[in-house]
Amino acid sequence: MTTVALKPATMAQALTRALRDAMAADPAVHVMGEDVGTLGGVFRVTDGLAKEFGEDRCTDTPLAEAGILGSAVGMAMYGLRPVVEMQFDAFAYPAFEQLISHVSRMRNRTRGAMPLPITIRVPYGGGIGGVEHHSDSSEAYYMATPGLHVVTPATVADAYGLLRASIASDDPVVFLEPKRLYWSKDTWNPDEPTPVDPIGRAVVRRPGRSATLITYGPSLPVCLEAAEAARAEGWDLEVVDLRSLVPFDDETVCASVRRTGRALVVHESGGYGGPGGEIAARVTERCFHHLEAPVLRVAGFDIPYPPPMLERHHLPGVDRVLDAVGRLQWEADN
Amino acid sequence: MTVMEQRGAYRPTPPPAWQPRTDPAPLLPDAAPYRVLGTEAAAQADPALLRRLYAELVRGRRFNAQATALTKQGRLAVYPSTTGQEACEVAAALVLQEQDWLFPSYRDTLAAVARGLDPVQALTLLRGDWHTGYDPREHRIAPLTTPLATQLPHAVGLAHAARLKGDDVVALALVGDGGTSEGDFHEALNFAAVWQAPVVFLVQNNGFAISVPLAKQTAAPSLAHKAVGYGMPGRLVDGNDAVAVHEVLADAVRHAREGDGPTLVEAITYRIDAHTNADDATRYRGDAEVEAWRAHDPIALLEHELTERGLIDEDGIQAARDAAETMAAELRAHMNQDPVLDPMDLFADVYAEPTPQLREQREQLAAELAAEREGTHG
Repeated sequence: MTTVALKPATMAQALTRALRDAMAADPAVHVMGEDVGTLGGVFRVTDGLAKEFGEDRCTDTPLAEAGILGSAVGMAMYGLRPVVEMQFDAFAYPAFEQLISHVSRMRNRTRGAMPLPITIRVPYGGGIGGVEHHSDSSEAYYMATPGLHVVTPATVADAYGLLRASIASDDPVVFLEPKRLYWSKDTWNPDEPTPVDPIGRAVVRRPGRSATLITYGPSLPVCLEAAEAARAEGWDLEVVDLRSLVPFDDETVCASVRRTGRALVVHESGGYGGPGGEIAARVTERCFHHLEAPVLRVAGFDIPYPPPMLERHHLPGVDRVLDAVGRLQWEADN
Repeated sequence: MTVMEQRGAYRPTPPPAWQPRTDPAPLLPDAAPYRVLGTEAAAQADPALLRRLYAELVRGRRFNAQATALTKQGRLAVYPSTTGQEACEVAAALVLQEQDWLFPSYRDTLAAVARGLDPVQALTLLRGDWHTGYDPREHRIAPLTTPLATQLPHAVGLAHAARLKGDDVVALALVGDGGTSEGDFHEALNFAAVWQAPVVFLVQNNGFAISVPLAKQTAAPSLAHKAVGYGMPGRLVDGNDAVAVHEVLADAVRHAREGDGPTLVEAITYRIDAHTNADDATRYRGDAEVEAWRAHDPIALLEHELTERGLIDEDGIQAARDAAETMAAELRAHMNQDPVLDPMDLFADVYAEPTPQLREQREQLAAELAAEREGTHG
């Protein structure tokens, strides 16, 4: 291990570094949104960018999400590469018409003549004690919109690599930042950033033989913790971090499930109409004869996101994951 | 220290943050729509411009008639006509320089054609063989799409980007009276003014949003007055007076080009036809109203001026009509040919590279097409 050279960095710092490196590498990259300039964003992800690159490259916009994304469309039409910050998951909803009716379709509409290389950064998910409208898991809406890539990092290194890849992509990317992981730390050397990963590849975070936990973003640490706890029960759990919800890496997911024979999808988003249903269906369609049990989902409840004093009952935690693992029909093995 | 403790030193003052901002007076529109034709100012109008506008209006009227006819023959899925609004459509196209951008609403096929776009390409959306039939960057015409006012923030962003790059580009964005109620109209005007983007907004107030009259759309003194709230000038113009519309738009474009920011122009006009071929306008308006507007027809207004000043004769009028007929005949001939469709195009440009999931679906469609062909041959 060469951890000597590595320094602890937070996910927020890695995101800032990715934005800075992308802006330095390509003058077409423009950061825009509410409070991203002087303040550096409410999560400080754009800290220092306006000072370093000027307010024309890192712009405080009027407070209007449709206007922000709509003007980003026009900027991309003229050859710029806008990186838009939506301040919170639920504050991105006013931009839905621009996103769904234009951003996602422009390439297709113009037969490839006018792609829109826009990255839309959305802090998402709960667990930060936020009041209503600050903790939504909005990924299912984006996943259901053809033409968008939907990417979400769960580690510090991926925050850098995936954001660089998203900005470099000629397609629009909804980049979902798990806000409760913003201050998570990892040994990552900002001066030797990891290579830029291609969008669309899942990764096995923890190898195991008993069952596969399929997860992403804020639920990855929960799954890793559950996998450690499961050792006491005699379960050796594999954990797959999807990283990209669109495109979906069937190959990595199915290879894992074929090895383990059992699968559990874990996410904060509600279960009904949520990503887990799609993932469970895909796994079942492809791995049916390898499965020892139905694919289960551990999800948030199908309720409006709860107030902060009650959110711990909503968010899938280690115990709920372990309970579900226990329901993967182990008696068949005996 | 509390107010009680500092009694004697305390003096009530105005709020510290307040300062006067923009003086609204110069931004206000005129009391009545600006006109040239039928006024003394008409004598000053450039004869070459009058002739050019006339030829384009006649061609535009014929284009509207031909496109509407094509819907009846099943060659177009739908056509929202601009009959009666040709002055706005044509002037919008003619005021722009080659490097400028036009952002049409779904009703503005004619503006795109007047800008020089091939009519068949311009009608692709309404024919239904694809969504957009041209490369927007090649023609500097944004795609025609049906969501309302969503093209306005695009125009602002493009104009802003051009300005950041130091390019001499103005964006002219078209919208209808109904579209001014949409949030994107507000956000676009606000962004444009804050950024001082080189963009011009032309609202064609044709009286109706499908069936809903302006009185149910807004309580504003006029749509042009909305500009004042954003800190940009508002101009009110007779939308059937091609010379006036051209002049007001040309002023606004020059203003934008010189770095003086956006302008909102409201053109008062009238939609002579129904909303589209599929609409029945008799359900919401009377013949008398339509006839009153027919008496204020953009072509008749201009033809009168040209004739009075001896700038056109019967031969000249006939030549304009002949050119329009030629355009219509060519359009008919093209549109009467079935478009070549390739179902595999459905997957071609969803992403730069198809996702694994789309590759699978593409194979599925290819297999279905192969089976169809076999079925036909068998």
